[in-house]
Amino acid sequence: MMAYLIRRMFYAIPILIGVNLLTFVLFFVVNSADDMARLHLGNKRVTDAAITEWKAERGYDKPLVWNSQASGMDALTDTIFYQKSVKLFAFDFGSSDSGRHIGYDISQRMWPSLALAIPIMIVGLAVNITFSLILAFFRGSPLDFWGVVLCVAMMSISGLFYIIGGQVLLGKLWSLFPISGYDVGSNAAKFLVLPALIGVVSAIGSGSRWYRTLFLEEINKDFVRSARAKGLSEALVLAKHVFRNALIPILTGVVVVLPTLFMGSLLLESFFGIPGLGSYTIDAIQSQDFAIVRAMVFLGAVLYIVGLLLTDISYTLADPRVRLD
Amino acid sequence: MIEATRGGHGCHPKACNLPESSILIKDIQRKIRLLWPQLVLIFAAGFLSACDNAVLNSPYPANAPKQSIFYSSFTERPKHLDPARSYSSNEWAFISQIYEPPLQYHFLKRPYVLEPLTLKTMPIVTYLDDKGNLVSAEQALYTEYELSLKPGIRFQPHPAFARNQDGYRYWPMSESELTDKYTLDDFTEQGDRELTAEDYVYQIKRLAYVPNHSPVAGLMSEHIVGFADFMKSSKNLKPSQQDWVDLRDHSIEGVTLVDRYTWRIRIHKTYPQFEYWLAMNFFAPMAWEVERFYQQPGMESRNITLNWYPVGTGPFVLTENNPNLRMVLSKNPNFHGERYPTEGSVVDRNSGMLDDAGKVMPFIDMAIYSLEKEAIPRWNKFLQGYYDNSGIASDSFDQAIQFGASGDANLTDAMAEKGIQLSTAVETSIFYMGFNMKDPVVGGDLNDPVDQLRAQKLRRAIAMAFDWEEYISIFLNGRGEIAHGPLPPGIFGYKEGEAGLNRELYKWQNGAPKRKSIDQAKLLLAEAGYPEGRDPTTGSALILYYDTTQSGPGAKSLLQWYRNQFEKLGIELIIRSSDYNRFQEKMMKGSAQIFSWGWNADYPDPENFLFLLHGPNGKVDAKGENAANFSNAEFDRLFDQMKSMPNTDERQQVIDRMVEILREESPWLFGFFPRAYSLHHAWYRNALPHLMANNTLKYKRIDGDLRSQQQLAWNQPVIWPLLVLLGLLILVLYPAIRDYRARQRRAAR
Repeated sequence: MMAYLIRRMFYAIPILIGVNLLTFVLFFVVNSADDMARLHLGNKRVTDAAITEWKAERGYDKPLVWNSQASGMDALTDTIFYQKSVKLFAFDFGSSDSGRHIGYDISQRMWPSLALAIPIMIVGLAVNITFSLILAFFRGSPLDFWGVVLCVAMMSISGLFYIIGGQVLLGKLWSLFPISGYDVGSNAAKFLVLPALIGVVSAIGSGSRWYRTLFLEEINKDFVRSARAKGLSEALVLAKHVFRNALIPILTGVVVVLPTLFMGSLLLESFFGIPGLGSYTIDAIQSQDFAIVRAMVFLGAVLYIVGLLLTDISYTLADPRVRLD
Repeated sequence: MIEATRGGHGCHPKACNLPESSILIKDIQRKIRLLWPQLVLIFAAGFLSACDNAVLNSPYPANAPKQSIFYSSFTERPKHLDPARSYSSNEWAFISQIYEPPLQYHFLKRPYVLEPLTLKTMPIVTYLDDKGNLVSAEQALYTEYELSLKPGIRFQPHPAFARNQDGYRYWPMSESELTDKYTLDDFTEQGDRELTAEDYVYQIKRLAYVPNHSPVAGLMSEHIVGFADFMKSSKNLKPSQQDWVDLRDHSIEGVTLVDRYTWRIRIHKTYPQFEYWLAMNFFAPMAWEVERFYQQPGMESRNITLNWYPVGTGPFVLTENNPNLRMVLSKNPNFHGERYPTEGSVVDRNSGMLDDAGKVMPFIDMAIYSLEKEAIPRWNKFLQGYYDNSGIASDSFDQAIQFGASGDANLTDAMAEKGIQLSTAVETSIFYMGFNMKDPVVGGDLNDPVDQLRAQKLRRAIAMAFDWEEYISIFLNGRGEIAHGPLPPGIFGYKEGEAGLNRELYKWQNGAPKRKSIDQAKLLLAEAGYPEGRDPTTGSALILYYDTTQSGPGAKSLLQWYRNQFEKLGIELIIRSSDYNRFQEKMMKGSAQIFSWGWNADYPDPENFLFLLHGPNGKVDAKGENAANFSNAEFDRLFDQMKSMPNTDERQQVIDRMVEILREESPWLFGFFPRAYSLHHAWYRNALPHLMANNTLKYKRIDGDLRSQQQLAWNQPVIWPLLVLLGLLILVLYPAIRDYRARQRRAAR
């Protein structure tokens, strides 16, 4: 397995270079260094001299990817792409174009994101699996039919509706939870209940339908029939045989997102005022802060690769027949 | 088999040889089964009694509402808190409470009047010739401002001032000494010192120091003597100590220190508007120790910078800066104790604005601004009483405001019942649609007077047809005033009523302006050579282009409305939507044809609006703020004359003529002046809108007891829906459980 993991890590290097190059190209197709300077310096009374100074100070006065004025390796290295990208591979994200240390900001903002994302994932998984197992148990009955109808209805509603509806109903009309806000330490709990509840409820429709399909696929297989024939109760059959064998596709969906949990949720964090990483990249794109954009895209790519590796490893745990060679 | 398993539950513990602990557990389980209905009732009763006289949805600690804390929100994180860099209203909302420039605006007087803030008196202004002799303003080659500071003002406590027997406690520091320091709170010792004139001089040098990227450096280099030279030489300045460039070692010719409390600023010729700049944060004092402290190696990589931790002499200090969550301002223990103004109008007295006259400010101990990116939660929290004030988003407008028969805006009954109060004020801003005068179709050939006249008539015809009244009604909920010229109300030169009527587009009828008919616009268009809007060269509808950053479904109705306005004349308007960068590029290159733009006043002087149409300030040629690239010899000459004049009748006449030129030439469709609507709760006092001053937090007062009562009354938790939901769940689960048991029994058979 170790050889497999090392091989996969080496595969990741060209992927990361490609992602970085693509981000760079896409960003600079839309924004020029002058645009970035103008936006950072403000709209009023910005002079050309100030723009030139800003670019020079941050290294945006160099050629993008090829420096025809330089010789040898400098032609490649004395460019914006090289200067801004190479340190990423050492996870040195440097400073944003507005001067903030990106690594520190990420380390501060990831905790609120995790505080929200982890309960949503765990509770959501438990609720969805339980609900879908119930539907599978009562398959073909009116309960199953109306349960599926409910799921379809719930997955047809926009996430924004859940958020606004939840805030108005539970926060405003019933006055049970703060509408938005956040605090540090244990005081954060009262602010997290409502967004976590909404996060869980909004995902019940799609999650439960998906898991129900997986369980129904397993439920008619021979080994399940054998289990029943041995006299096991239906609850035990579902929990021990059906659920266990449906774990592979569930793990595929769950483990891959584990490392990216701390990247946060844009909508939930925006509406509930949670100071997480959800809007960090979007804000950076809007303010044309290339330093943050490249750092976050790079980090996202790394985490996704890690997530895929973890998924592979989890298969071996869930199914002893799987070997990573 | 199932029966056998069930039998286990009935077997006597001792007979089954179960351990004592298991017996105990079983006993507890049995008791719980018997008692659970009572437990649920006890829990519910406890929950309900806990909810009585308590609020569950408060985002603040329990005792917070009674305290003298101002609660508000902000939508966009401030980028710069350095007074040399900051130039946005969302940044000034914070730093204006911390930094103190020499002058400020009087809180109550209208029109806006400057008064000393940290100065003993207003600056002493003298006019000089090239030899330094006193001359009249008309003959002046230089104007000199002498500013005298009140003694005894102290900076807020800060680690940069902390001393020990060897000198400064936190300077010099190596990077290794910063290993455990990530915020300013990690520096445990603090100090302070008296504010001196040198701190103001130091800040002016900071404006000129190129690496600071001050947005006003270009403008100040045109006015302050020696400023431009300092800018050039500052690029080559080398750090004297660690990474810090000690600007005290370098001087600007026109900025001189007279004594500990006095300094002089000399500017070229005359520029009366300079005093307004002295009321802005750019000219607030900066202690050199503070800049030296922040410039130490390792500080920036830890985000400990002047941009993040401002240091001033004002009524408040920034005690928490987490713009992703909240910003907290607390009372500055060293504040010099300003008093609430005692002069005001009769209206001010009647509205209670003078109730606190003469009292020592600030009245509040703390201001907490929470980040609220979305309008809906922000609005709902205001209605719950958790924010003391609020703007009104379009979505909430109908909920908050209703218009009376005479068109005046009033609060809805629901708002009035809560004691919410409304403040409105026409902003000193203008939103207009501009023509690029360098465009051959709408600007005309600069060398051909006939073509110039054609283009002028075309522009005026469009201006006549463009129904801004409808725009304000549809897209702004009535929150705007029609602009008959570039000067908004409250600015010298603005004329009200019939005297201020744009007679090119309106007539005065029944005591009100009435837009001229579309037929007259068509007639003008025909005179321009476009009968029925047809382009004589093509024979089909004249095509014009509107450049904008707006696009997508959200902008569809607005852009269609724009098209409709042109269609009234038979002109086809093509919308060219592009992103912000491309739009800016088009404006810079002069390739846009028609565009929308706005301007927010820096200071209440007509020069700050009329310069937007001053020829030498053109965007294409001079990268200036004249986005229309308008150039008119008479207008430019009058502008040069007007900008240095005091506010006299003579100046008014010059302005009148300038405005007339603009109405005839019509480089802008004047558009509208936005009207700001803001709401505040009854416990929020002294909430007078001030469109020029940003340092108004010190005037505000909070009645904590009233707020606490109202929050309690408005936020009583409603429990019954939860019980109904629980009941519904049981109703669904009960048949399911019964069915499950039935199936299990069937399986046993």
